[in-house]
Order: sequence, then C-alpha cells, then structure tokens
Amino acid sequence: MQYLLTLYAQEDGWKALTKEQQEQGVAAYMAYGEALRKAGVYLGSNRLQPAATATTVRLVDGKSQVLDGPYIDSKEQLGGYYLIEVADLDTALTWAARCPGAGHGTIEVRPVWAMQ
Amino acid sequence: MAQTSIDVVITHEAHRTADAVARRSYGKLIAFLAARTRNVAAAEDALADAFAAALADWPRNGCPNNPEAWLLTAARRRLIDTARRRSTSDGAVPQLQLLSEELEAASAQTEIPDRRLALMFACAHPAIDAELRAPLMLQVVVGLDAKTIASAFLVSPAAMSKRLVRAKTKIHQAGIPFRIPGHEELAPRLDAVLDSIYAAFAEGWTDPGGTDIARRDLTEEAFFLAHLIVELLPAEPEPLGLLALMFYAEARRNARRSVDGAYIPLAGQDPSQWNTPMIHEAEAILHHARTLGIIGRYQIEAAIQSAHIARRCSGHNNWPAIVELYDALAAISHSPVVAINRALAIAETAGPRSGLDAMPRLAEDARLNQYQPFWAARAELLSRIGACNKAREAYDMAIGLERDPAVRSFLQQRLAALP
Repeated sequence: MQYLLTLYAQEDGWKALTKEQQEQGVAAYMAYGEALRKAGVYLGSNRLQPAATATTVRLVDGKSQVLDGPYIDSKEQLGGYYLIEVADLDTALTWAARCPGAGHGTIEVRPVWAMQ
Repeated sequence: MAQTSIDVVITHEAHRTADAVARRSYGKLIAFLAARTRNVAAAEDALADAFAAALADWPRNGCPNNPEAWLLTAARRRLIDTARRRSTSDGAVPQLQLLSEELEAASAQTEIPDRRLALMFACAHPAIDAELRAPLMLQVVVGLDAKTIASAFLVSPAAMSKRLVRAKTKIHQAGIPFRIPGHEELAPRLDAVLDSIYAAFAEGWTDPGGTDIARRDLTEEAFFLAHLIVELLPAEPEPLGLLALMFYAEARRNARRSVDGAYIPLAGQDPSQWNTPMIHEAEAILHHARTLGIIGRYQIEAAIQSAHIARRCSGHNNWPAIVELYDALAAISHSPVVAINRALAIAETAGPRSGLDAMPRLAEDARLNQYQPFWAARAELLSRIGACNKAREAYDMAIGLERDPAVRSFLQQRLAALP
C-alpha cells in the first residue's frame, strides 16, 4: 500500500537554528531518505518552499479566484512530503516516527487510493 | 402446508445449533474471514448470509457434524463471489485465490485457526478513535448488534452504527494490520485492548441495580473478552490483572445498592454481601500474575481492590499500603481518576488538608470541570476540614454531573447533612 507522509512544522523553527544545527538537520533528512531507499520503500519526496510562496486557486461562479498564501493559515505549515510503499499502516507509522520532522512538528500518514 | 410438530422440533434444533455456534465462535469466524483482506464489514455480511443459509438448510438436511466448518464454507463462497463481482483490479485476484485456498484448508480441519487476538489488536489500534474501540470489539469479536451496543453506551443506534462503519472502513482503507504487535509495541497496544475491555465492563457497572431497563448490561460480554485475552496471551500478566480487577468489582455488586436501590459506598458496604468465592478467584488470578514478573496498571488496580477488601474484612488499617500502591499507579498512569483516588487515600493517612493538596488542579486539566468524581472528592474533603460553603458548591457541581439517580440521591443527602 502507498502512503503519503506530509510534514507540518512551525516555519520559524528552522530559522531559529544555528548554522551547525541546520547542517545537522539536513544530514538527518539525507540519512532518513537513504534509509527509505535502502529498505526499498521509497517512492518519492520533496521539500516545499515556505508557505508565503504559496498561492491558492479556486473557481467561484465559474471564475478563477486566485489568492496569496497557503490554503490553511495555521502555526504549523506543510513543509514537505514522502511517498512510500509498505505492507500496512503500522509499517508506515514506524517510518513516520523515524522521520526527523516528527521531532519538531507533526506528520500525517494517509493511504493513497489504489488505482483500479 | 402446515408445519408438522417434527418440523418445528427440527427447526428449533437448527436454531439452537446456530445460536450455540454464534455464541462460542462468532469472533473466531469473523477473525478468520477478515484476516487476509482486512475487510471486516465484508466478513460480517458474508457470515450473516451463511447463518441465514444455515437456518434454511439445516432443518431440511439436518445439522452438520462440524457446523463451524459448514458456515465457514458458506461464508467463503459469498465472500469470494462478492469480491469477484465488485473487483476488476489485477491485485485482487491473487488475494482471492489465496483466501479461497486458505478457507478450503481451514474447512477441512476440525479446529479453525484462532485469529481473534490479531482482530482484537486491530480493533484497539491507535488509529481507531479511542471511544470506538470497545464498541467495535463488542461487535466483531463478541457479535453484539449495534442497537445493543448503542444502548449500553447511551448513544443512539443510528449514531453508533455510523461510527462502527467508519471504524471498520478505516481498518480496511488505512491498512490497519491484523497482527500481534512486536515486542517493543506490545505493552502500550495491549494496554489499549485491556482499556477497551474495561470500558465495556465499566458501562455495565454504573447501573449495578439494573434499574435502567432500557440499558443493556455488558458485564457478561466484558468477562468473555477478558477471559479470551487471558487465554490468548497466557504469558502476559496484565490481562490477568484486568480479570482479577473485574472479579473484585463484580464480587461487590450486590453490596453496592441497598434493598431500596440506594447507593452504598465501599466504606459502608456489608462484606457478608460480597461474593467470597469470586474474591478468592480474583486473589488466585492476581497471585498468578505476580509470578509472571512485570507489574502494570491493572495489576496495581487489582491489588488496591484486594487491599480495600482485606481492610474491610480484617479491620486492620492498611491505608498507608494503599497510598503506596496509588503512588506506584500514579507513576505509570496520568489519569485524573488515579490522582483523585490517591488524594482520597492520602486524606485517610495524613488528614483532609493533605488530601486536598494532593488533588489534581483545575488549572492543569480543564476536563476536571466536567468530571463528577473530582467534585465529589473535593466536596468530601472540604466538608471534613469544615469549609462548608465551598463543600456545598462542590456537592452542587457533583450532583449536576451525576448520571446515576442513586448516586445523585446519596450526594444530595451528604449535601443536606452539612452544617
């Protein structure tokens, strides 16, 4: 089963880190990605640019409504994702718990619709 | 053509056999049918059809020697037919093939493999809403219908049915595994299973007089589940702790209400009304749990019950020992119930002021506001130090939050007795 792990965190958290801490953080994510690949569960991942760079689009009365900013204005913002393929939810949860993002934010684990 | 009396007898026989199978094997059949596909709802439907087919077939052709195997075969056919009709993906065909072979092999055996433990862990999985775990377990492992479960948990049948469907869908769609958790996760996951069983027991417990006619007692089902988890995990001490705790509580059932239905707290209960053989049973179970080594929340709760009973029977003041037990419990359980009961125990050894100091604070947990035992305990302790106005306020809060009319009446009497 495929699961999407979406990472939510307070954005100013990263900026508040020292350069050293940031380097450690990057290394931790690299190691995590490696572990996913080695385990053969990795399908994809990306880090997203900050919420301020986001734009929302909606159709209102047939007309395109474009607004500045992310979909939900909250303390913790979507920062990235991992797409993995594992046997069941418990395995996905185990991987989510290992993700560096779990230590300073929240990770949502959601199954992907299996294509028929 | 009218039924002859022989027909009636044979039909009765069929119903009795079917009922007997349902009572002892429902959960086992569901667990086996659902284990591979994790589709509990489909298993329930298939099994329901199988029972219906049995009640049509057995009066005509006689009850089979192995009714479980008969039902399993019938359910298998329906399961596979339904899945084949609905599915077009390539992924499903090998699954169905495996399921078919597995079910065929199982039908040939005399004993159906017991997958109930995995099913119970699935029901109590952290991804399932905590409030749904007990109802879910009662439905799929015990076979209770949604209406009965709804009645016990004071929820409308429609709401309960919807929630149960959602929970089963989650198991299927989110990939909640049918697996006994690994060594690292076993303790917390087992805790969740035990909490669900205890929740089912507690729902029956708050109406010990059975005065609420519409409300269904789940005690029998809760004991069924507790015995089951003990049987399936014989090396684990906590299931034994839970069973002992339930026996201690059940042993005192008759003493909790007077003949008029008035509420009698533990301190006022007549020990001769207690079920002594059941208490001995609880002691033996708790003793056995201790030999398995690792202490846990339910064993400590059972030990506290044992200490209360010992004090009432011997007259010997063992409150200090009870405080120690609550200290141990508070170290592993952050439940406000524990904190409140610990405070009451401390009041017995160190006086009501110390008890009040030990009570949890509203500022730290706003949920206490809606929690009757919090206010009842505060009222009791405040009245003991002579703070009558504050005690009155607290009694009012407790009375307003209490569901049970007998307990409410008791609290009203305490309120009225204040100077």
